[in-house]
Amino acid sequence: MKRRTFLKGSLAAGVTGATMGGSLLAPNMAFAEDAAAATAADPFAATSMDDALKALGITAEESDKVTVVAPDLAENAAVVPVEVKTSIEGAEEISVFISNNPTVYAAKFKLGEGIDPAVKCRFKVGKTGDIVAIIKAGDKYYTNKKAVKVTKGGCGG
Amino acid sequence: MKITMTATIAALVFGLMPFTAVQASPADDVKAFQGFFAKKFKDTKFDDYINGIYSIDAASRKQWVEIEEFPPYELAVENGEELWNKPFANGKGFKDCFKGDVSAIRAKYPHYDDKADTIVTLESAINKCRTDNGEKPFKWKKGKIAEVSAYIAYQGRGQTIAVKMPSSDKELAWYNKGKNFFYAKRGQLNMACADCHVYNAGNFIRADRLSPALGHPSHFPVYRSKWGSMGTLHRRYGGCNKNIRAKPFKAQSDEYKALEYFQAIMSNGLKWNGPGARK
Amino acid sequence: MAKKFKTRLKAKLKDGKVNVKAIVSHPMETGRRKDKKTGEKIPAHHINEVVVTANDKTLLTADWSGSVSKNPYLSFNYAGKSGDKIKLSWKDNQGNTGEAEKTVK
Repeated sequence: MKRRTFLKGSLAAGVTGATMGGSLLAPNMAFAEDAAAATAADPFAATSMDDALKALGITAEESDKVTVVAPDLAENAAVVPVEVKTSIEGAEEISVFISNNPTVYAAKFKLGEGIDPAVKCRFKVGKTGDIVAIIKAGDKYYTNKKAVKVTKGGCGG
Repeated sequence: MKITMTATIAALVFGLMPFTAVQASPADDVKAFQGFFAKKFKDTKFDDYINGIYSIDAASRKQWVEIEEFPPYELAVENGEELWNKPFANGKGFKDCFKGDVSAIRAKYPHYDDKADTIVTLESAINKCRTDNGEKPFKWKKGKIAEVSAYIAYQGRGQTIAVKMPSSDKELAWYNKGKNFFYAKRGQLNMACADCHVYNAGNFIRADRLSPALGHPSHFPVYRSKWGSMGTLHRRYGGCNKNIRAKPFKAQSDEYKALEYFQAIMSNGLKWNGPGARK
Repeated sequence: MAKKFKTRLKAKLKDGKVNVKAIVSHPMETGRRKDKKTGEKIPAHHINEVVVTANDKTLLTADWSGSVSKNPYLSFNYAGKSGDKIKLSWKDNQGNTGEAEKTVK
């Protein structure tokens, strides 16, 4: 699978943030499909928000036109309902990161025609941290986040 | 000794004096039990108790409502329906054991069976049907038994919980067995079901809020996010007992059947609401 | 051990838009969990790609990691109409695939 090979090849590059990796992962790449695969592949290996953003080669501007809806205190950390929506014109992609998860880059949604720029999904949140959303609109990136607390419950069984 | 302790505790809870657990009428118990919760949670409507902790905790209710958008137990209900319709090797099926409309089945359990002098639960009836027809019984706590139970529960949603009030000596014996279990302290942590689910309902143990016992059986079987699967009421009983470091009883053991019987009677008047989705 | 991964899809017209909801019965293993009995790591097994189309036009594609919950859920709205044919297909990192179709009522 194409994604797999990219992952193998670009893994080293992404983690060390080398320039070669940087160019491979620049959003405005020549071959459209592979660029998508390249940007998706590497960040999934990132273990911190900084690494993930470096791997994606993007800087995002904080915006309150991006909303992350998630509970303040997760009832069940393995199934946290999250909604990401935005009112930014021309939003093409919604990426979700979970700041303290071992796999920080949780999901990416590419929006097609006619779809509302709002997606609901359920995530595992390993530790108290932020759910970060990054919206891609053209060449620009916008971000916002929501803190989610995760604690150990008392009712096992 | 345990009974006296139970009696004292029960007396404190219900404020009824003089009082001995084994002699109060079940109908009185139901009134007192339901009245206790009405007083404790003044803003909660009676009918809402079938939603457990979500009837008294707004924040988790919000997350639960989100999850119910596409309930995780739907797949189990579908599988249950398939299993329900699948004929046994001998050509017969569940429909031959459970006569009548499938929507009426849930409300028939649990009930006291005079001939066998036991409590018949929905799950035990499901497996009895299988063994009566030469099939191997399902495992008791999860998997196929929970799926069939989920299907029946789903079909029976909205039916009123109306367990026949125990009146004969044998019925009362089972009732009191369940009632005593509910109020008796057990395990290393020396806690009773009532400790968490009556006196401390609504309080927190670490980050979990304790659900009120009123309405407990109504939403089973349950898809518990923690399990990532469906489970029966007795699965939960066992888990809960393990939690307080008490030896769990086997699913469909006399103890748990009696407990289920008692809990269902205490919830008489509420609606069957299964299957449920919980954390 | 071919396991059946059920894909369930709902698509309903609501307030002038079509609301699409889906759940897939899938373990979504991160690859970090250890088997309680053997102590061995359970290999990563999760959906990595999801595609949703309406009348064969792509509405959404999603890349997922193991951070997405078990029995994953997805929901969104789009400007659609009654009669639209919605199709959701997915594949996971172990080569399994699944799909479901629904016509908007």
